[in-house]
Amino acid sequence: MKSQLKQITRSSKFMTGFILIFVIVAFILIYPLFNPGNPLEMIGLGTFFRPGTYVSVYDSLNVQRTYTLRLPEAAANRIDGKLSYDDRESMRDWLIRYGEQEGVAGLTYEEIDTYDVHALLALWWEHYTTDVFIEGMITADRRLVARIDSRVERIFEDSDIILMMYNYETGEYEEFGVVTATDYVNIREVANTIWLPLGTDNFGRDVLKQLVSATGASLIMGLIAGVIATIIGLTFGLLSGYLGGIVDDILMFIFNLFTVIPGFILLVLISFAIGQEQRGMLTVAIVIGVTSWVWTARSVRSQVMSLRNRDHVNLSKLSGHSLPKILVRDVAPYIASYVVMAFILQVSTAILAEAALSMIGLGPMTTEQATLGLMMNWAMNFGAHLIGAWWAYIPVVLVIATVSFALNLMNTGLDQIFNPQLREG
Amino acid sequence: MSEKRQLCLSGKGVTKVFGHGRKKTVAVNNVDFEFYSGDLISIVGESGSGKTTLIKMLLGLTSVTDGEIFFMGKKRDIRSRKNKKEYWNGIQAIFQDPYSSYNIFSKIDTVLLDCINMRGGRRFPIKKKIEMMREACSFVNLKFDEMTNKYPFELSGGQMQRLMIARIFLLRPKILLADEPTSMIDACSRATILDYLLKLRDEIGMTIIFITHDMGLAYYVSDSVYIMERGKFVEYGSANEIILNPKADYTKQLLDDIPKINNPWEFSRNRRPAETGAS
Ligand SMILES: Nc1ncnc2c1ncn2[C@@H]1O[C@H](COP(=O)(O)OP(=O)(O)O)[C@@H](O)[C@H]1O
Ligand SMILES: [Mg+2]
Repeated sequence: MKSQLKQITRSSKFMTGFILIFVIVAFILIYPLFNPGNPLEMIGLGTFFRPGTYVSVYDSLNVQRTYTLRLPEAAANRIDGKLSYDDRESMRDWLIRYGEQEGVAGLTYEEIDTYDVHALLALWWEHYTTDVFIEGMITADRRLVARIDSRVERIFEDSDIILMMYNYETGEYEEFGVVTATDYVNIREVANTIWLPLGTDNFGRDVLKQLVSATGASLIMGLIAGVIATIIGLTFGLLSGYLGGIVDDILMFIFNLFTVIPGFILLVLISFAIGQEQRGMLTVAIVIGVTSWVWTARSVRSQVMSLRNRDHVNLSKLSGHSLPKILVRDVAPYIASYVVMAFILQVSTAILAEAALSMIGLGPMTTEQATLGLMMNWAMNFGAHLIGAWWAYIPVVLVIATVSFALNLMNTGLDQIFNPQLREG
Repeated sequence: MSEKRQLCLSGKGVTKVFGHGRKKTVAVNNVDFEFYSGDLISIVGESGSGKTTLIKMLLGLTSVTDGEIFFMGKKRDIRSRKNKKEYWNGIQAIFQDPYSSYNIFSKIDTVLLDCINMRGGRRFPIKKKIEMMREACSFVNLKFDEMTNKYPFELSGGQMQRLMIARIFLLRPKILLADEPTSMIDACSRATILDYLLKLRDEIGMTIIFITHDMGLAYYVSDSVYIMERGKFVEYGSANEIILNPKADYTKQLLDDIPKINNPWEFSRNRRPAETGAS
């Protein structure tokens, strides 16, 4: 026993998996201490804010001290900020069409670099005019180009912005400050800033905070489903393997039935039958557990079949022990390591099953708690992948992959300890 | 041999078939036998001849495909759990492989405690239980105080088998089935195990059915010998009859396999570890 524990701690595979899970669990427990509050709180009025640090504009205007900085990159950054990549594409598009129509050389696709904003602007100011009617352009495009042009005109205007405030006593606007293009404030002095490392989702909720709480919820669901599957599988496996005969025949028939019907289809049908309202997190976990025990039962059965003819079991019978006592005392300990391994795999498959179920809209119906699957479902329903809001689903996918990878690694590590033939070198 | 001898275990047409169809194995094929109280009966046969299967049937650990087994002259009925427990009070076994006879997860004391409980000592004060276990251990020359809190795998094969004898000492059955108890342990311990078995037999006066593949050993210890070949008893009789006057070819073949040094039978017969004087 002790030596096996030692071997477990020496198994690099097991330990890698274990440490991964440990880090994830530690993060789930510690993160809320630094960032308390409801993970599903909508902090943004809008969808899919990019990852980054957000600063309250109002507060930054009200900061006591401002600094005048003349940064060499500032102008370039401003141009980048004001002229989106789509705008630049439209500009290039117009320039190419113009070049084709008027026979101007140097305006082909290859020669216009949309990343070189200065060169693009130079070409634009040289050629753009509303006087020429370009054929084949729809009105909407024409208006868009005109709008871009007016924006480009004002790009280098760095006249000051005058801040006014409504005075309730006089009923007039009064000037209270001037902001110039070279004014800066220290981000620490701005009262309201928020760091959104993974941006927000479709409802304007902090994705990282939600992800941490969802990972915890999914792990708990996985554990519940794993425990249920293992208990059912262990009981049936023990009974059918040990008793044999007609009990085994009946149970084997049930096992075969469950094996032939793919577990996932069963899962979908049951989840669907339960209905929207009843489908809480616990219910879904139970349904997953109830549909995935067959695999454990089968392997426990074959282990027990080889154990039941061992002499220590015979001797226990000769000592007059009852069936439950023999199963618990003389059979169960021998398959314990195996059951632990099966349990770890069950947790892993249950987490994946929850994700898959939620993806197709049959996951837990809850507005209080996110799960990994629900996050994927929301991201998909609100078209995160179409908008390019990768932060709403890539991190979720990575977490699912990491958790399942870590659990499988632990399982392989244990397998190598308990089945020395599998050990390498 | 006197006429008053009492039948303790007998069988008629006992058969065991494993599997069916093409995978069918007839492990024990229609055997008849009569074992008398107080005897030491040897069943000799090479491995795979069905000896273990036969004693598993005698013990009621596997079902009998065909035939009847009689216990103490009456047809055996062990269908209910109560009857089974009763039956196992009278018939016990020592198995071939000491290493697989123990649950490696329970300490050694539990094996002996189970025996005391089975013999109705569940309510005994703990002191008395320990005293009984100590006595059983010292019977097989094991130190009980060194045994407690040990796991089976911390013992040697010989010690394990001796502990099995201590177990029988506590259980005091009428019949003991010993399935090649010495075949898996080293030659030095072998003789001691046999000694203890015979000593135990004298102590509690039980019938021993001794399974072995060693003809010589059977000859030294037994009153009667059954020769088993491929699931059938090909010959049986008293030890002397069989050894000195074998009829079946198989028996002759078994006898030829024993290394002998100038007529050792007469010589060894006088040196048997214990005389069989129970009948
Ligand atoms: N549980 C079983 N299932 C199928 N065949 C068995 C089983 N147990 C024993 N046998 C077969 O029965 C025959 C007799 O085995 P066994 O009684 O163990 O022989 P022995 O103890 O004399 O060496 C062997 O051919 C063996 O393969
Ligand atoms: Mg055998």
